[in-house]
Amino acid sequence: MTDAILVLEDGRVFRGESYGSVGETFGEAVFTTGMTGYQETLTDPSYHRQVVVQTAPHIGNTGVNDEDDESDRIWVAGYVVRDPARVPSNWRSTEDLATRLARSGVVGISGVDTRALTRHLRERGAMRVGVSSVERDPQALLARVLEQPQMTGADLSLEVSTPEAYTVDAVGEHRFTVAALDLGIKRNVPRRLAARGVTTHVLPANSTLGDLLSVGADAVFFSPGPGDPATADHAVMLAQEVMKRSMPLFGICFGSQILGRALGFGTYKLGYGHRGINQPVMDRTTGKVEVTSHNHGFAVDAPLDGVADTAFGRVEVSHVCLNDNVVEGLRALDVPAFTVQYHPEAAAGPHDADYLFDRFVELVERPGQVRKQLINGGK
Amino acid sequence: MPKRTDLKHVMVIGSGPIVIGQACEFDYSGTQACQVLRSEGLRVSLVNSNPATIMTDPEFADATYIEPITPEFVEKVIAAERPDALLPTLGGQTALNTAVALYESGVLEKYGVELIGADIEAIRRGEDRQLFKGVVAKAGARLGLTGDLVPRSRVCHSMDEVRDTVAELGLPVVIRPSFTMGGLGSGMAHTPEQLDLIAGSGLAASPVTEVLIEESVLGWKEYELELMRDKHDNVVVICSIENIDPMGVHTGDSVTVAPAMTLTDREYQEMRDLGIAVLREVGVDTGGCNIQFAINPENGRIVVIEMNPRVSRSSALASKATGFPIAKIAAKLAIGYTLDEIPNDITLKTPAAFEPTLDYVVVKIPRFAFEKFPGADPELTTTMKSVGEAMSLGRNFPEALNKAMRSMETKAAGFWTAPDRFGSAEEALHALRTPHDGRLYAVEEALRHGATVAQVTAASGGIDPWFVDQILGLVELRAEILDAPVVDLRLLRKAKRAGLSDRQLAALRPEFAGEDGVRILRHRLGVRPVYKTVDTCAAEFAAATPYHYSSYDEETEVAPSARPKVLILGSGPNRIGQGIEFDYSCVHAVMALKGRYETVMVNCNPETVSTDYDTADRLYFEPLTFEDVLEVVHVEHSTGVAAGGPGVVGVIVQLGGQTPLGLAQRLKNAGVPIVGTSPESIHLAEERGAFGRVLAEAGLRAPAHGTAISYEDAKHIADEVGYPVLVRPSYVLGGRGMEIVYDDATLRDYITRATDISPEHPVLVDRFLDDAIEIDVDALCDADGNVYIGGVMEHIEEAGIHSGDSACALPPITLGGRHLDIVREYTEAIARGVGVQGLLNVQYALKDDMLYVLEANPRASRTVPFVSKATAVPLAKAAARIMLGATIAELRAEGMLLATGDGGLLPENSPVAVKEAVLPFKRFRTPAGKGVDTLLSPEMKSTGEVMGIDMAFGHSFAKSQAAAYGMLPTSGKIFVSVANRDKRGMIFPIKRLADLGFEIVATVGTGEVLRRHGIVCEVVGKHSEDADRDAVSLIASGEVKMVINTPQGSGAKARSDGYEIRSAAVSADIPCCTTVPGAAAAVMGIEALIRGDMTVRPLQHLHAVIRPELSA
Repeated sequence: MTDAILVLEDGRVFRGESYGSVGETFGEAVFTTGMTGYQETLTDPSYHRQVVVQTAPHIGNTGVNDEDDESDRIWVAGYVVRDPARVPSNWRSTEDLATRLARSGVVGISGVDTRALTRHLRERGAMRVGVSSVERDPQALLARVLEQPQMTGADLSLEVSTPEAYTVDAVGEHRFTVAALDLGIKRNVPRRLAARGVTTHVLPANSTLGDLLSVGADAVFFSPGPGDPATADHAVMLAQEVMKRSMPLFGICFGSQILGRALGFGTYKLGYGHRGINQPVMDRTTGKVEVTSHNHGFAVDAPLDGVADTAFGRVEVSHVCLNDNVVEGLRALDVPAFTVQYHPEAAAGPHDADYLFDRFVELVERPGQVRKQLINGGK
Repeated sequence: MPKRTDLKHVMVIGSGPIVIGQACEFDYSGTQACQVLRSEGLRVSLVNSNPATIMTDPEFADATYIEPITPEFVEKVIAAERPDALLPTLGGQTALNTAVALYESGVLEKYGVELIGADIEAIRRGEDRQLFKGVVAKAGARLGLTGDLVPRSRVCHSMDEVRDTVAELGLPVVIRPSFTMGGLGSGMAHTPEQLDLIAGSGLAASPVTEVLIEESVLGWKEYELELMRDKHDNVVVICSIENIDPMGVHTGDSVTVAPAMTLTDREYQEMRDLGIAVLREVGVDTGGCNIQFAINPENGRIVVIEMNPRVSRSSALASKATGFPIAKIAAKLAIGYTLDEIPNDITLKTPAAFEPTLDYVVVKIPRFAFEKFPGADPELTTTMKSVGEAMSLGRNFPEALNKAMRSMETKAAGFWTAPDRFGSAEEALHALRTPHDGRLYAVEEALRHGATVAQVTAASGGIDPWFVDQILGLVELRAEILDAPVVDLRLLRKAKRAGLSDRQLAALRPEFAGEDGVRILRHRLGVRPVYKTVDTCAAEFAAATPYHYSSYDEETEVAPSARPKVLILGSGPNRIGQGIEFDYSCVHAVMALKGRYETVMVNCNPETVSTDYDTADRLYFEPLTFEDVLEVVHVEHSTGVAAGGPGVVGVIVQLGGQTPLGLAQRLKNAGVPIVGTSPESIHLAEERGAFGRVLAEAGLRAPAHGTAISYEDAKHIADEVGYPVLVRPSYVLGGRGMEIVYDDATLRDYITRATDISPEHPVLVDRFLDDAIEIDVDALCDADGNVYIGGVMEHIEEAGIHSGDSACALPPITLGGRHLDIVREYTEAIARGVGVQGLLNVQYALKDDMLYVLEANPRASRTVPFVSKATAVPLAKAAARIMLGATIAELRAEGMLLATGDGGLLPENSPVAVKEAVLPFKRFRTPAGKGVDTLLSPEMKSTGEVMGIDMAFGHSFAKSQAAAYGMLPTSGKIFVSVANRDKRGMIFPIKRLADLGFEIVATVGTGEVLRRHGIVCEVVGKHSEDADRDAVSLIASGEVKMVINTPQGSGAKARSDGYEIRSAAVSADIPCCTTVPGAAAAVMGIEALIRGDMTVRPLQHLHAVIRPELSA
């Protein structure tokens, strides 16, 4: 067993053993509290440039399989766990996780007091980190950690986006077509749309309005993804153009922050973010609580109460996180646009918010009616 | 959607006595409910027949009815209290069934009582297996799922239907009777013979004569989800639980783990979706429910097994496992709140509308008591047989598993601490084929002797390879420890992080010469546990509640505190002889000391009130072993001193039963401040020779006795003191291994069976006093030697039956003032002679007007809660105060104790309280499927108790019987068959029954005597005489309403006749008196019932009779 160290930018050191690939890696240290779904987490592009700490103590129990990847590669910059599984056990498992990590060159560390690390990040905020199974000297590693770029100001969309457009066909009868701007999309988004008869054209992050229109899109989707939304000027401009044309717009996570900025709101970095699959969100339209999957380090700064006036008309906060009152959804009342900061596509996580895809379909197919309902129901 | 304003008064029903399948967890849930409702400003009336519960303490409800939980009595309470609503989902199946009965009989409508937290139709849909199948199908359709979401099955009402169904499904099949609790009467049939047996008794056990015959999912992975729903249709999953024992073993008897360990997110979410859809389809109005699933390990097919539309044993486990208090939240939801309006207790900042996430692993292991029922079949099936459980938390599975295993307080305290049972992989694999207690030991042995993970999984019928491999990891670690030249820091840390105890390490490395050697090294190397916090959220938010567990990790979370700390050691897993009564005393100590000290609870029983994080100021969920307790003392003391305080000023060992008492001396030797009676004094009372000298010095009588370490010794003593003799091992609780022996042959047999005899642990041989009256006393003694008699209880059965199994009355019903004076004099002398500071329990026998001391226990006894409730004095609270230095005079002045007099001198008009034991015979069958013998003996067998309290003995006794066994009959046939020595004593009571209009049926010998005294009776044969109308078939047919049968002295045939008769009575669920005094008491109870003047009264009124100042 090779020893490994983890050094945070504030100098705190954790020791453990090498897990996955032997080597050295850097990123933003974040923790996620999901007890299931490590395979989805590892392959979620939103974790690009982040070193993920799993609070669940046993990781790898069900191995990895051919079905649960959320993209075509592992994106996390590094992986921190307490107890890796010795053997996987699941009828769908095709490989054990440690092998997959090593094969993918993911540097990880195990045996760490992940709870202590999590408490540290909770109190001090997400910060830069280095993990190394080659460096023995924490001070040397710390020096390199401090050379790394911050997450604030990071423009990562093009790093995770598909280089080429591709299409995910509707399952069954085709109802309409969506152009999805890939800022780090997860496979389950087009899959949830396809299940509703929607064909999705997944387009690179630098696509233009013309590109979106050229695929015959009836509506536009802004995907989740990594990075600081303050840098996403291109996507913000695109969202504004979409709204000007009154095309239906739906966004998730990063996509929600894009809409927020397009409407003129600011975004800000949360202390340590929301990452987990147990987050309570209230849908203010119905007053119901849904348990949802989160993965965001930034949030939109919009007024929680009442209706805000923007360049695109009236806008209200449709969803809030009950844990800390962070904005979790925006709804425009005068243009057909709504977004959520969390993940209705789940994977990993509960399916409580799956109805939002239905709302999107409704919005596209019966825009007037849906808006009327939303306005009446909301107030 | 805030609280309803139309509810002012809510009635709560408890779960009654502790029985297998229904234990302390409902005291925990009921106590929480009462607290929540009262804090919301509602009036609460409570019905529960179990005096050993915290919920029945008078301060937890506005009106506390310790009355039988039968529709008849509950109706009386409703008529007296006129509540607006009834909350029936927190008192287990007992409360739910009673509520359904009250609804169906129209009582609820008549009195305008609304059911809250439950809906009759939803209960039916959840519990009626046929309806439930439809519910699951609809739920599946809602999700767009096709295929069988339940095992294929059919409901049957007769044996013919059963056989037809099995012809279709093929064997094996599972048989589940409807509307029984804890899976009573269910089982799996592999053969037609087993089918007849199990389905036959299942049909009989079901109140609606209904069983479900079901496709076998034996060996599938088994899961449970705990869910909650509010009236706004918000649903959250509180906890997932995975059973290590696959389908086929009742979940109560399975080793279980939280959270689920071997599911991908996709599978888990499918289960969650299905669970939520089922909950909505069933229509559980608000509150908690538990749904059980099975998953085929080959292909992931998921089926729903069953649901409980109420708070259950698993929800108590889930609450303790996650820190999310299900019962408390359920009570709030029932009165109108929604989940988002209720704050999370632990974070205070976030709402209860979320799903707890764990950064640790929880393991629960059941505790069995097969040693108490030698004839019983120990195979684990779908009928629950365990009597308790321990839970543990660790930062990984092996750590949690090892901690749970050493929490069991069995002879083996985890792997390698007891001799191997099998010796080879083949033997161990063979043993794994039949599920039994301690199965994981067989897994370990099989692996150690070379079996592969796959072989173990196959032999065990499906224990998931992941779990088997984790145990293989321990086997490999064992080899590493054995092979290492020295145990160095690295290896020691590794072993501790895998949860190994010092004792386990010492067992592997003889050079340590015991666990003390390991501890010394460990402390020298600085290898000590840290304490993490259960916070519902995996550290995402700060926790306000100090609910801790140990782990060998980096960072500790114990907050420094300068307040003086008192640790209270709990009683561990429930077992026969040590149960809820001890938890009650521990909780009372916390209540008495909170505010004066920082109270710190250490316990590992997830069912209890003591392990509610709201009970003590701090909770450590830890095994009650020397090592684990010592580390808690260390961390509390060192952080206290570091904060500038005095640290730990006292550790209380005398309230949690034998478990903490057994640690007292070692803790004291390690410098731990034991408060109250010193370990040396404990030894004085428990060691026979020393105690004999205490008695001799005070001039107190005791039965002649001696100690023996061989048959020759024992025979010598028996010859000297004369037969019969009472033999038992020293240092026992619950009369383990205690027997009355009448001759040399039996004595020799006993000594041969008692394998653990040694000079340190001799066998005690006492002259047994036949036909004596047994008396139990609970008393307090302060440091100055002042004694306060808590209560004097007179047993209804004569001496020789374990006090825990016999009924008793308080105040004593036949003892005169002179007797009571002697009892007081003796008790004071023992308390002072032993040096008690706190509680003392003494058992006496009164024979031929002479008082003999049978034994003294310088600790809280099982009867403390009963006595406290019968006499309106909180004895355990007083004891806790006394242990920390208060005097009896001070406590009298404070009003905690009576200002004058005591429990031995109750006012003339005091109510009479009767305690009756509840026995688990119905649960157990021999391997051949017959009932086990119900005979009482010096070895305790009861799981719980009830109290009947009223103004006269007859009424109280009748209530106690109604609460324990069902109502005494008021007409019909009574079967009598008594031993020769009992025939004279029986004449009067039987005559009385005949005069009251009962028809008497008797066996030949008994009938002859009765006829000679002018009692008309029908004479029938015993079972063995094979007459047309023999006793057993009369009982089985339901014709007989009560049985009076005392054991025949000797002769195999006579004994087996008695066994058949008594088993038949238990199967038929009718009262069965096995002693003359018991029968006489039953007659008084029957008279009270016939007079029809049975009323109900709240404890608060009854207490005001004893303590008029309370009503002011």
